[in-house]
Formats: sequence, structure tokens, C-alpha cells
Amino acid sequence: MAASQAVEEMRGCVVLGEFGVRNVHTTDFPGNYSGYDDAWDQDRFEKNFRVDVVHMDENSLEFDMVGIDAAIANAFRRILLAEVPTMAVEKVLVYNNTSIVQDEILAHRLGLIPIHADPRLFEYRNQGDEDGTEIDTLQFRLQVRCTRNPHAAKDSSDPNELYVNHKVYTRHMTWIPLGNQADLFPEGTIRPVHDDILIAQLRPGQEIDLLMHCVKGIGKKVARVANPRLDTFSREIFRHEKLKKVVRLARVRDHYIFSVESTGVLPPDVLVSEAIKVLMGKCRRFLDELDAVQMD
Amino acid sequence: MEEDQELERKISGLKTSMTEGERKTVLEMVQATGTDRHCEDHTLGNSLHYMIMKNPEVEFCGYTTTHPSESKINLRIRTGGTLPAVESFQRGLNELMNVCKHVLDKFEASIKDYKDQKASRNESTF
Repeated sequence: MAASQAVEEMRGCVVLGEFGVRNVHTTDFPGNYSGYDDAWDQDRFEKNFRVDVVHMDENSLEFDMVGIDAAIANAFRRILLAEVPTMAVEKVLVYNNTSIVQDEILAHRLGLIPIHADPRLFEYRNQGDEDGTEIDTLQFRLQVRCTRNPHAAKDSSDPNELYVNHKVYTRHMTWIPLGNQADLFPEGTIRPVHDDILIAQLRPGQEIDLLMHCVKGIGKKVARVANPRLDTFSREIFRHEKLKKVVRLARVRDHYIFSVESTGVLPPDVLVSEAIKVLMGKCRRFLDELDAVQMD
Repeated sequence: MEEDQELERKISGLKTSMTEGERKTVLEMVQATGTDRHCEDHTLGNSLHYMIMKNPEVEFCGYTTTHPSESKINLRIRTGGTLPAVESFQRGLNELMNVCKHVLDKFEASIKDYKDQKASRNESTF
């Protein structure tokens, strides 16, 4: 029947028209449609829900989630982008910086460098704790001085030949273990993810000498600690005139394609698992608080 | 007889006010957290709103963010009938947790299958 087909479309699909998108909002709440039982049913959800992994390698993951609502899928996406904790440089103690890059710019750049350390093995630093302890802080030292190369050719103009150490890369960062970290983390495991990120450029006589503290943080508080990237998809079909009339582009409402790319600290499937756990943690926190309130 | 009882409590940032009148229960809540670490916004707000709305006894559920700079949401629930609004809030939270648990299990199983398949495919090419 035409009527029920229209209803099915309204409930099930987001239709992409040429100039606008229709049926965007979720409407399948109890009472909206007569004849449908829309009350939450965990068993029905579990029966219909599935996850299909399309592709996975060490830095990117593509998978489909079918049978879940936009609100929850979006919650996972938001958490993946901003609330999965990672370790990143928060405090930079500058002993000497005679480079052209200002202290604060340098510090900002350092904060963006992804650090290869499993954040699950660290605690959050307590507020007001200035120095940090071995369970919540990682220390890195960056000490580079640029000098003139005495063996360069007389008329050379290539900086690579003329100067020694004129480019400061992440591989110049050395890890300084605190407390018992040297026992817990074998040599070479705590480092920046990539060792060829250019931090600054120097000329002879310039020096950078600083100490960095990395702490555990989430993207919201520490905007540079964002981990993965997610993609959405497009609707190219309307470019083609002839096809326009024939094709009705509709997205099935509860089928979501996730494409997760990791910065390298954690593998993408671990990131997604952690994101789901973060959401569970939020719920649990409120449940506990509610219990506390009701105890009174 | 209409009696409006208002209870206001403030515990670690969770402020609730409940009015009972005309045999309906309304729950209005301002949610914030004491620590800056976990901020509340649409991430929890929208998903929680979806779960609470799926409850047939809930007449109204809505949430807003107070201001983008503030990490607070206002959540309002109104139930018809005898179900106290706080219970529907708790039920929504529990159901959301169950959804997450199930998603996590299914996801990890899928990943494991994929890895096993990949491993066996690599073996079979030798």
C-alpha cells in the first residue's frame, strides 16, 4: 500500500533531495506511529544490531554499524574525536631558546606532537600538582645547538652542507624516565610516534634547550590531544542530469559507516573500544551520583 | 488537590529539582561536573535523550546546552502517570549502558573475526 510505504520511508530513510535533505530526525518514538511498537526493547536491538569490519590495518579502520540510532552513533564519533585520552606535552620548561621560533609557538607545536605511550597505563594528574609523579607524567628533553660545518665547500649555499643540526626533528627528543618508569617501559617504547616531524629550524649560534612534561588528557581540555579522524560521505549523483530523475538517493537511517584513522598512539580498534567504554563510564558516573542523591 | 513539592539538592555539581503536582512528575536537572576533565554536552545529552524518549511512559524529554563555553546541560523529563521522572532517568542511563556493552561485545567479536580471517588468508597463500 502506498501509505505504509511512505510511512516506512519516513521511519527508515533519510532522503537526499537535490536541494535539501528530508526526514532527518529520528521519529520512531513510542506513540508517534499507530500500529508500531517503538518502546525500547533490548532484545530486539540485539537481534538487529551488527558490526561489519570492512578494512583494518595498523593505522586505519573502516567498519559498519547497522541497527543503531544516529544519537548513539554520533556520541561514539564525538568521543572518538575528543574524549579518548592520550598522552601529550602539556608543560614546557624552556631553559634556553635563542631560535627564531618564539617560546609559546614552540611550546604549542610540541603539544601537537603525538606521543607513543599507552594512556591506559597512566593516571590523570591531580589538579594543582605542579611537578607530577611517575604515574601521571612523562618527561622529554630537547637539546639542540646549531653550529657551522667546518668541512663545507667554500661556495656552497645548501644549508644541509653549511650547518650542523639546523633542523630540529622529533627524533632529537630524548625520554627521561621518572621513578620506576625505566623498569616498566623498555628502551625505545616511549617516544614520539613519528621521528621526522620538523619542530623548528636553527642557524649557527642558536640553541633550543627545554624540558617537556606530558600528561594524560582528552581532546576537549587539551585540544591538541585529538586522536583519530572520521569521514562522512557525499552525494555525487545529482551532478548527472539524466540520472537525476531516475535515482532516488536515500540513506538508510540506521546504517553507519565509520572510518577511523589513528595518529599512531593506539591502534584504531582499541580507540573505538575505548570510546565505547568512555560512554559507559559517563553513564555509570551519573548513576552513582543519582544513587548518592537518593540516599539522603 | 494540587500540591507542589519542590526538592532541590546539590551534590557534586548535580542539581535536581523535582515538582510533583497533578499526579505528574517532572524532573528538571542541571548537570555539570566538578572536575574539568569530563564535560557534558550533546555527546551524552542526545544519546540519553533518545533512550529516555524510547520509554513509552515519558511524555516529554528535552535537553539544551546552557552555553557553548560552559560544559553543562539542562535536562527536563516529564512522565505521565505514576512513574517518577527520576526513575525514567535512571532507566535511560541503564539502558544506554546496556547498549554500549552490547556494541562493545559485538565490535570486539567482529574485530577478532576479521583478524582471524586475515590470518587464515595469509596462511593459505603460502
